[in-house]
Amino acid sequence: MLTESNIKLPIYMDYQATTPMDPRALEKMLPFFTEAYGNPHSRSHSFGWDAEEAVEKARAQVASLIGAVPKEIVFTSGATESNNLALKGVSRFYKDRRDEIVTVVTEHKCVLDACRHLEQEEGMKVTYLPVETNGLVDLDRLREAVTEHTAIVSVMAVNNEIGVIQPMVEIGQICREKGAFFHTDAAQAAGKIELDVNAMNIDLMSISSHKMYGPKGIGALYVRRKPRVRLQAMINGGGQERGMRSGTLSPALCVGFGTACALCEADMGKDNEHISRLADRLYKGLTERLDDVILNGDRDQRFPGNLNLSFSFVEGESLMMGMRDVAVSSGSACTSASLEPSYVLRALGVEEEMAHTSIRMGIGRMTTESEIDYVIATIIEHVNKLRAMSPLWEMAQDGIDLRSVKWSEH
Amino acid sequence: MSPITTYLDFNAGSPVKPEVAEAVAEALAIGGNPSSVHRLGRLARATVDRARDSVAAMVGATGLQVIFTSGGTEANAQALSAAIGLKSGPVVVSSVEHPSVRDGAAAMSPSVIYAPVDHDGVLDLAALDQILASNQCSAVSLMLANNETGVIQPVAEAAKLAHARDILIHCDAAQGPGKILVDFQGLGVDFLTISSHKVSGPQGVGAVIVRNGETLPAILRGGGQERGQRAGTENVSGIAGFGVAAEMAGEDLARAPILAAMRDSMEARLIQMAANHLGGFTVFGGNAARLPNTSLFAVAGMARDTQVIGLDLAGVAVSAGSACSSGKVHASHVLSAMGVPDDLATAAIRVSLGWSTEQSNLDRFVDAWYEIRIAKSIGANATEMQKAS
Repeated sequence: MLTESNIKLPIYMDYQATTPMDPRALEKMLPFFTEAYGNPHSRSHSFGWDAEEAVEKARAQVASLIGAVPKEIVFTSGATESNNLALKGVSRFYKDRRDEIVTVVTEHKCVLDACRHLEQEEGMKVTYLPVETNGLVDLDRLREAVTEHTAIVSVMAVNNEIGVIQPMVEIGQICREKGAFFHTDAAQAAGKIELDVNAMNIDLMSISSHKMYGPKGIGALYVRRKPRVRLQAMINGGGQERGMRSGTLSPALCVGFGTACALCEADMGKDNEHISRLADRLYKGLTERLDDVILNGDRDQRFPGNLNLSFSFVEGESLMMGMRDVAVSSGSACTSASLEPSYVLRALGVEEEMAHTSIRMGIGRMTTESEIDYVIATIIEHVNKLRAMSPLWEMAQDGIDLRSVKWSEH
Repeated sequence: MSPITTYLDFNAGSPVKPEVAEAVAEALAIGGNPSSVHRLGRLARATVDRARDSVAAMVGATGLQVIFTSGGTEANAQALSAAIGLKSGPVVVSSVEHPSVRDGAAAMSPSVIYAPVDHDGVLDLAALDQILASNQCSAVSLMLANNETGVIQPVAEAAKLAHARDILIHCDAAQGPGKILVDFQGLGVDFLTISSHKVSGPQGVGAVIVRNGETLPAILRGGGQERGQRAGTENVSGIAGFGVAAEMAGEDLARAPILAAMRDSMEARLIQMAANHLGGFTVFGGNAARLPNTSLFAVAGMARDTQVIGLDLAGVAVSAGSACSSGKVHASHVLSAMGVPDDLATAAIRVSLGWSTEQSNLDRFVDAWYEIRIAKSIGANATEMQKAS
């Protein structure tokens, strides 16, 4: 019998929203607040030089994780800024020659919002590609959409809500053939799946620190140098980050982020083995004892640390609220305060009713087997309880096809 | 090389206070995304909200007026683009603004007018009024206190001039809090920039204070954080540290007269030393109201870089101007705007004091500067005289 005594509550299962910091990264960054507090842009004394050296080491660690060279890494305040800088920066620089953007309907909200802004305010033409029911982009449609007018193609590596991995190599090839820049939002992918900017022909890549056990408030944009990608800066003055992103860098955040990258690079095999094993255990544990549980997104092309499940006839929000000891999410953190059904699930063709029944469970480096077992037991208990209260579940059990029922409007 | 024992470059960066470091470490350990609805998310949210109120209180604003950013530079970019809005006329900025405002304005607006300052580096209000009268200006930006000289600008008066012509005004107050009283209401500006690491908080966080109803056009779009005005997962640890630093800014303010006295006595000693051996010592902005912690001064004849490198070797960290441009050799735009000739401007060094500065630090600096700047010159002169005789 499971007891609460061997695990610490609440259990954190929301690794896509943010990850706990790895204590090894935390330890490395703390001295930069109190001892090595120089401004890394101060050139006149060793406080500044030490801070700069730490920043440059971190830059090399970020670069190494994705097969880039340090000069191609621009530090930003996070993936949202990186995505905005990539899309707006490239569009604004190249729009006289190429004025089209190709992206996908299931991208993170910040990519879609940046695209919408460029479309409505700055005259760019944006194609929003649909996805298949498994959440993956159709490469033939992508090939058709990318033209000689396309400045930038933005397709995320791993989806934040359902965890599917888009075919990076193939997309990179198509972009290279058409001479369009390939940007990928790798916030959920970097440090978790193998990424190689050269093998994948990636020209720009957004990375987030706090999705890979680093601190919040920092991220990076990879900007290819050969062939060179140019962009117009959004934040000017001071000229830091080779003019692409001005502002005093935080050496502490850089060091925390860099260390997190190095740890992910070193531990990726071990992490993924651990995560896959726990994900299988969770999925099997739930589906063996509950009916009508549907995995959203492709079964194989996925990062295993993201299980997005729909529990038919169970309101996701009610399930979440019921499980007070387990921190999960019914979708992206950014929109989790809204009760709108997820646009990502809707794009997969998931019906609104089913979209409302979905829960995203994140598994990460710190997740333990006993936590998974506790979560399985808790979910089963609550799903059964909620279903027992649902008249719809009762009707379905009686063999009534709910889609045939005509509901009267009140 | 002797280890650095004397840090006097607080306008570039500051060690955080132990309480701040503690708050940062605690927040880093919480984890949780403030946008998540579960308990850890709510805990992170509460941390951010508490800091928001503390930061607001530091500048006499309310929490709802605070929009957190990644620092002063981003805050300036956000605020400037909001102040300019859809208007196409020239932006007026003072000729001594921080590069993030100068370059930011130039990137955002087809034309920029640089309002002149007097020989002490204080904005010429009559000239500003003239500029506003003869152009359809889109916005005004005036810093509260200059980062190089510490000179305090007549922001409230400039705000009245701008508002008389229905023009929005932004104030970069990064160098103000903790050194002088900053009152958002009293200044009367529409947007105010503040920076965490300039009040001994962590780097990588800042804020724009907005008047009610003014909205930022959101340079960063996406998750809808900061009420849709600045997307991106909040830098929770940075914000928590900023909050605690803001709560402690009052202590710094209380100690400001002591810093001012230490700074003034240092200047008096330097002036005396220079008068005895070199002559022609200039304290830039010395006749104007200045921040209590900042001193920018020069004696022509030795390049600033030679001085700061010599001082660094002696274990004293100061700067040759602003950190952002301290690797560059041209004269500071601030000193050029004040009409300082290049030979004097390129000899200027900045000493800036902070919360952990003690009198012994300044004594150490004065001694080291004497060695580098005066003792050697005396030695050289003596040698010259020997040769001549």
